Amino acid sequence: MTDILLQALMLVADPRVLITALLAGTFGMFVGAMPGLTATMATALLVPMTFFMDPIPALAAIVSASGMAIFAGDIPGALLRIPGTPASAAYVEDSHRLAMKGKLNLALGTNLLVSCIGGLFGVAVLIAAAPMLAEFALRFTSYEYFWLAALGLSCAIFIASADPLKAGVALLIGLAMATVGLDPTTGVPRFTMGQVDLMAGVEFIPAMIGLFALAEVMRGVIRLNHGSRPPAMPRGDGALFKGVGGVIRRHPGNIARGSLLGALIGALPGAGADIAAWMSYAVSKRFSKTPEAYGTGHVEGLVDASAANNSAVGGAWIPALVFGIPGDSVTAIVIGVLYMKGMNPGPTVFIQNPQLIYAVFMIFILTTLMMVPLGWVAVKAARQVLRVPPRVLLPVVLSFCIVGAFAMTNSVFGIVVMLALGVLGWLLEENGFPVAPIILGLVLGGMFERMFMTSMIKSGGDLGAFFDRPIAATLGVAVLLIWGLAILGAVRRMLAPAGRPLQKAGHSKN
Amino acid sequence: MTDFTNSTRRGLLRGAAALAGASLLPQLAWAADYPSRPLTMIVPWGAGGGTDATARMISALLERKLGQPVNVVNRTGGAGVVGHSAIATAPADGYTLGVVTVEIAMMHHMGLTELTSADYTPLGLMNADSPAVTVSSDAGFADIGALTEAVKASEPGTFKASGTGQGGIWHLALVGWLKSLGLAADHVTWVPSEGSAPAMQDLIAGGIDIVTVSLAETKAMVDAGRAVNLALMSTERASSHPDLPTLTEGGGSNFALATWRGIAGPRDLPPEIGSTIATALSEIAVDPEFTEFMASRGFNISYLEPEAHGQMMQDADAQMADAMTAAGLIQG
Repeated sequence: MTDILLQALMLVADPRVLITALLAGTFGMFVGAMPGLTATMATALLVPMTFFMDPIPALAAIVSASGMAIFAGDIPGALLRIPGTPASAAYVEDSHRLAMKGKLNLALGTNLLVSCIGGLFGVAVLIAAAPMLAEFALRFTSYEYFWLAALGLSCAIFIASADPLKAGVALLIGLAMATVGLDPTTGVPRFTMGQVDLMAGVEFIPAMIGLFALAEVMRGVIRLNHGSRPPAMPRGDGALFKGVGGVIRRHPGNIARGSLLGALIGALPGAGADIAAWMSYAVSKRFSKTPEAYGTGHVEGLVDASAANNSAVGGAWIPALVFGIPGDSVTAIVIGVLYMKGMNPGPTVFIQNPQLIYAVFMIFILTTLMMVPLGWVAVKAARQVLRVPPRVLLPVVLSFCIVGAFAMTNSVFGIVVMLALGVLGWLLEENGFPVAPIILGLVLGGMFERMFMTSMIKSGGDLGAFFDRPIAATLGVAVLLIWGLAILGAVRRMLAPAGRPLQKAGHSKN
Repeated sequence: MTDFTNSTRRGLLRGAAALAGASLLPQLAWAADYPSRPLTMIVPWGAGGGTDATARMISALLERKLGQPVNVVNRTGGAGVVGHSAIATAPADGYTLGVVTVEIAMMHHMGLTELTSADYTPLGLMNADSPAVTVSSDAGFADIGALTEAVKASEPGTFKASGTGQGGIWHLALVGWLKSLGLAADHVTWVPSEGSAPAMQDLIAGGIDIVTVSLAETKAMVDAGRAVNLALMSTERASSHPDLPTLTEGGGSNFALATWRGIAGPRDLPPEIGSTIATALSEIAVDPEFTEFMASRGFNISYLEPEAHGQMMQDADAQMADAMTAAGLIQG
């Protein structure tokens, strides 16, 4: 055992590995901080280079770039209210409002340190329980995934701002857009109007860029033309990590919960950092003493969700390493690289090449720790963005939007989607509709429908099958409970206004 | 060390070049100095999959042979229609190539697109793989004979199978196999999935009973002892799995089918340019770097020169039409 660990250490301690990790990390930081460019894209761009590397530097590059990109997505979220990656979209409202209150450093410092803790937790789970957890994740069939998607969509109700009705409308818009394209079960084109590009459906990355970034640019332009000053972001509030220690000390439970949830969701094939962030934000809000503060610049949800999305990065490697099943789109690429390097994933890799696996674990720990200094530099550099006058900044952001929308699908159609949804997002937000549920609907809508149809085909149309398997039944009951509570709450609210005027009437008599 | 910095910078440049090359540069390319700027390789399937990995390997080697960067671009969605359209509608100047997969012989029969293999200039077939009948190791089927008996004796709809979407190549594999046993096309229910990985996951989780995908796609789970290959749907055994019997040997069926991947350009590619690429591809097909890579992924190399490649695609078109009519996937 010590022998293997020593071998692994020798592999990692190679200066070439360390420099590769550093360069790839810087690259990931840059890609993640660009709105619309995702951790998946950072990984995909690295693949051609890994062809020419040894296995360990190749894996180091991927681990480093994907982890950094997930954190870096928080930076434009806080600065400009434009999430850099979908994994940051869940709490973009909170981090941006914190920044507007002059607590930019607190928001990003918390993101950074908690991301690091969450990442380390994810690795710990990966090391300690990879085979066990993979075993659990393997028991998920379409029934369990259906309930998981239902759970995720129900989260939209919790994430929703003050008005569940408007959030519901936004969610339905997202779900409706998710039905565009080829029907997942029968392959029949739906709502494509004969357009080949629409057959692939509405890509959610260009959609996200449009809804968040373009809408923000449009608001900025309107402000400029009205001659009114944009709400200035207050100057810095001291050192980056000032006050962060306090936040971490006050919310150890949130960090633990977010990390655990992140690792678990990450380990599920097909569910990655994005869904982990949304779910843990919702869970955090549900169990918080101050749920009304969420979405107004509250640090608590930020803690949960930042821990969760970085923890999910490690979690996603579990099914990938143990069974060759990708946990998310990044590990789907990783599996290809593993094969190319002769490390065919599967339980045998733990027996045949244990030193390589332990080396991967060590790289995980190393890059997670490297995140703190690299992140510090990135935040310092990004702060300069605030000094740029809006007249210059807005066109620059717009050009990033266009590049990001193009890059995801490599087609001009992505830009069309981005522009159309930008206008839609702007109109909705001006009328008090939140746009975040649209993204959630787009991300989960396809999975929700596919899993429902697949399950129905398997069970021959018997709805009872959704409760036949133990895990499915547990998840199903949880979803029904959440709905029950939500309906109960709504009924109470409906009854409450009827009671209040009576009390007021009583007061006026006195 | 310097190598890495260079390749990082080159990666960025490649991206920029792809953007510029795709839209801005006028059609100034002359066959004589081909290739004088970077090429684009369109992959109709997602990053990380088998087609993607094969395309990236071929592109890396093509880059070395042609002396120009070859950028891999994934144009996914629409069951392959989007990417295949992008290849066919690109300018026929040799700067946009793509991987054309077996789906080109299937999609137009289903009315998804007008495109057929006639819309491309074939440059070389690189790979062909036959599917295997795979079950969970918990299912307790000793060999293909035992499974065949159980399937024949079962009520229609008892057994569920998966591996790809409705009407996909692996669905046709199941239907063809059932037909050859004298059973109805829907005797075993097809559960559409997003690909082989989710289908394998569902097989192990107990959601379905049979998976009909290529050997490479089942490898991790079979190595893990969670799934068992019972038979190969081919006329001969696979070189990577000499112990695995074919359907003919053990299954009382002579059904055979393969999926394939070839490199092609848009129709009417200038002949000189076509032969430059075809020559490079024929060298790549025997390049040890390529053969070792394909063997490690469990992919079977099956090289055909451009003319044979084109003929094979035409033949496959007719074969698929028959199979899909038999499966009831083509209406009218």
